[in-house]
Amino acid sequence: MPKQLIIDGKLIEVEDGITLLQACEQAGAEIPRFCYHERLSIAGNCRMCLVEVQGSPKPIASCAMGVNDLPPNRDNSPKVISTQSATVKKAREGVMEFLLINHPLDCPICDQGGECDLQDQAMAYGSGGSRFVENKRAVEDKYLGPLIKTSMNRCIHCTRCVRFMTEIAGVEELGAIGRGEDMEITTYLERGILSEMSANVNDLCPVGALTHRPWAHNARPWELRKTESIDVMDALGSAIRIDVRGREVMRILPRNNDAVNEEWISDKTRHVADGLRTQRLDQPYVRKDGRLVPATWTEALEAVAAKIKATSPDRMAAIAGPLAGAEEMFALKDLFARLGSTNVDAREDGAKLDPALGRASYLFNSTIEGIERADAILLIGTNPRLEAAVLNARIRKRWRQGGLAIGLVGEQTDLAYPYDYLGSGGQTLRELADGKHPFAAKLQGASTPLVIVGAGAIARADGRAVLAAAARIAAAATQGKDPSWNAFNVLHTAASRVAALDIGFVPAKPVTTGVDTFVAAAESGALDFLFLLGADDIDMSRLGKAFVVYQGSHGDAGAHRADVIFPAAAYAEKSATYVNTEGRAQMTARAAFPPGDAREDWTIIRALSPLVGHTLPYDSINVLRADLYKHAPVLAALDRVTPADAKAVAALADTKEAVKDEPFRSAVKDFYLTNPIARASAVMAEMSALKKAAGKAAGLAAAE
Amino acid sequence: MAVRRLHPDQPHGFSFTPENLAWAKETIAKYPVGKEASAIIPLMWRAQEQSGGWLPEPALRYVADMLGVAYIRAYEVATFYTMFQLAPVGTKAHVQVCGTTPCMLRGAEALIDVCKRRISEHPHELSEDGQFSWEEVECLGCCANAPMVQIWKDTYEDLTPEALEKILAAFARGAQPKAGSQIGRKTSAPEGAVTTLVDPALYDGSQIGAWRARFPELQDEGAAAGSQPADKSKG
Repeated sequence: MPKQLIIDGKLIEVEDGITLLQACEQAGAEIPRFCYHERLSIAGNCRMCLVEVQGSPKPIASCAMGVNDLPPNRDNSPKVISTQSATVKKAREGVMEFLLINHPLDCPICDQGGECDLQDQAMAYGSGGSRFVENKRAVEDKYLGPLIKTSMNRCIHCTRCVRFMTEIAGVEELGAIGRGEDMEITTYLERGILSEMSANVNDLCPVGALTHRPWAHNARPWELRKTESIDVMDALGSAIRIDVRGREVMRILPRNNDAVNEEWISDKTRHVADGLRTQRLDQPYVRKDGRLVPATWTEALEAVAAKIKATSPDRMAAIAGPLAGAEEMFALKDLFARLGSTNVDAREDGAKLDPALGRASYLFNSTIEGIERADAILLIGTNPRLEAAVLNARIRKRWRQGGLAIGLVGEQTDLAYPYDYLGSGGQTLRELADGKHPFAAKLQGASTPLVIVGAGAIARADGRAVLAAAARIAAAATQGKDPSWNAFNVLHTAASRVAALDIGFVPAKPVTTGVDTFVAAAESGALDFLFLLGADDIDMSRLGKAFVVYQGSHGDAGAHRADVIFPAAAYAEKSATYVNTEGRAQMTARAAFPPGDAREDWTIIRALSPLVGHTLPYDSINVLRADLYKHAPVLAALDRVTPADAKAVAALADTKEAVKDEPFRSAVKDFYLTNPIARASAVMAEMSALKKAAGKAAGLAAAE
Repeated sequence: MAVRRLHPDQPHGFSFTPENLAWAKETIAKYPVGKEASAIIPLMWRAQEQSGGWLPEPALRYVADMLGVAYIRAYEVATFYTMFQLAPVGTKAHVQVCGTTPCMLRGAEALIDVCKRRISEHPHELSEDGQFSWEEVECLGCCANAPMVQIWKDTYEDLTPEALEKILAAFARGAQPKAGSQIGRKTSAPEGAVTTLVDPALYDGSQIGAWRARFPELQDEGAAAGSQPADKSKG
């Protein structure tokens, strides 16, 4: 039953069950707060959100008071609530004075300065001076890992960080010890936090107690130019904001996007920023006498053009890596087509996906938001915590609401929520597909089941059969249910993958040929020319005598093997389209300029094209995109998910191949080092080393 | 109250004795399935008793593992409640001196002076022989018998500095002094003789209805209306 309230003289009708704070916000009132956060549980301990309620002797903490709990007036007239009265202002000033009693006056050296809730609200509710003459409380700083810098004197005990780690990240490591004035936030015996989401607590901290250690004392928020963009570290396409000073990316922060990442990003997404500065390819290189020597663009392009002209189309191939944008893949595919070659592939890990079957065969069809409607989830050969940490938090969010059955076939690891471990490999999957496994009954009993296949499972030799088995399970589970619910989901790990499949960046026979056959051909000498578009995760030692062109942003495995290097822009330095795992096309924005002579990817391919005699017909990114959208219209629908035709799933289910028994492995072995930018980042290297050391320590403890 | 931290010197391990383990399982079973964590305080208390009056760090982890809660949660509970001792206490006696207002007014500060002299300069510090320790605590609910101390599970009330010295000496000998009031009071009955409520008329029934005598106008009326409660009780 909607409830009527008069807030600041305005009569509004609010829905049942919301808090008074939310009601005040709906009425347009601004309520100051420290501990309250809409995505966390309610603590009610900062007392900053006090409002005056008619009939109540004292001001009320609006965050912890539900509108339903307000005692009704005798005549049932709407409750009168004031958020601006003198009483409210005085009460909040009192709260603020107490909060500031033990808060150090170190704003000039505090990294939160300029974006600090306490600082901002002290402008409205703080007094000019202090009446406190006693000594301030002093608290030892805590070690919370290499990403979180602590200055615990500043802590106001809102417990947002504790609630985030416990509720969202599912890692019960942070807590508040002691009581009253002696309360302190810490981990058990100051072990660092090792969660893939831990750095979000720095965003949540309303004061400067938890700040970002890698960026400590680097920049002030008002010096930074902010650009809204999209993350490419995993296939989710989390919304990010890139903060730049001068030419340098200083930091990456999350943006709110309820459909994808809510307002969290993984530690890799955030702290990969320093990787954008190191190991950069900033000028072209050409290999002469076995050594890479700096060259001009003209020399490099001509060297490649000469080789292309001397090579027959069937002896050349192109591989796109995980960070390639749709535009450059489209341009490269176009160029290869004009040269007469269809040997292009973006399935760097060898995933057995075939775009010819239809879009639904390679998408996360239920959508990320759809996870919240699921009532049974089957994970096949995936570790979502490493492959898409933010998506894993979404599964955990759903699990916390209760009534969710989760089953896992694959590696048994800690996913931050409990699950039924069904088995490690193909045998269990076959049982599930045949409906013989008890969990299959659970899926069939669910009204909105979800089957998630990991990238690791479909990159196996029998990946096609795994896909088919998953499709059969999904089809059986949704039989006779809401036809708009598609239970079949592929969780990709490469940001470029879905766009590549959408534009058809695969060989003419995607089932029998692909990256594996290209590499094998190069090894046996059947391939003379290989174009790597940011592809570093293939076995470079097997490329034989092939002439390798590496176009990318970082000096990684591909650049070491290359005969010619084209330096290109990284994702923060170009506007490119990425399609996330659920099929949502999103565009990055250029936040900074590429270093040195590096150029945006598509312009390099465009510049190469006239030299090989096939000039690409686009002189600007807009013309290229017009062509691209003609070819793949789904990419034009930015920020939207167009449901794919579910018939593709049925087509996929139809195969004779059988899943082999070998156990499934996650596609991500080291969360912190999955792509060239992350591998160039010192912060990621440190996190990776820490994680390994922690794993070893745990192993030792288990051995004891 | 001081900042409470785990003691730097900790034993290597902890596990319940078989009797305590059986007791712990019974205790956990008192709570609904899925709510086993509720047993954390009784279990930690038993662990403290078993460890000689203080809670070592391995015991925190042991109890947390037993209940399936995160270590940090057990750490939070142990540091929140001051009855959990985080540092070793005296082997013979840990003296908890009440310092709250009634006890303070009746001379708790003198008791603290005794503790400082006989045991250690600061609370939570072991005496030189390791047999004694003391701390100041908040009200233990014996205000009528102030001042008082609690040693282990017994309270020693109506103390003077001399009486406390005697008690400590008895503990040092290994004797068990008599708990309760040290001046012979029965629980919190008045000291010496009863000085209030001594008139037998208060309880012998002779005063029932006596108030009527003070109101002459009621005398006749009472006789007329025989059904009045006052008359009833007279009859």
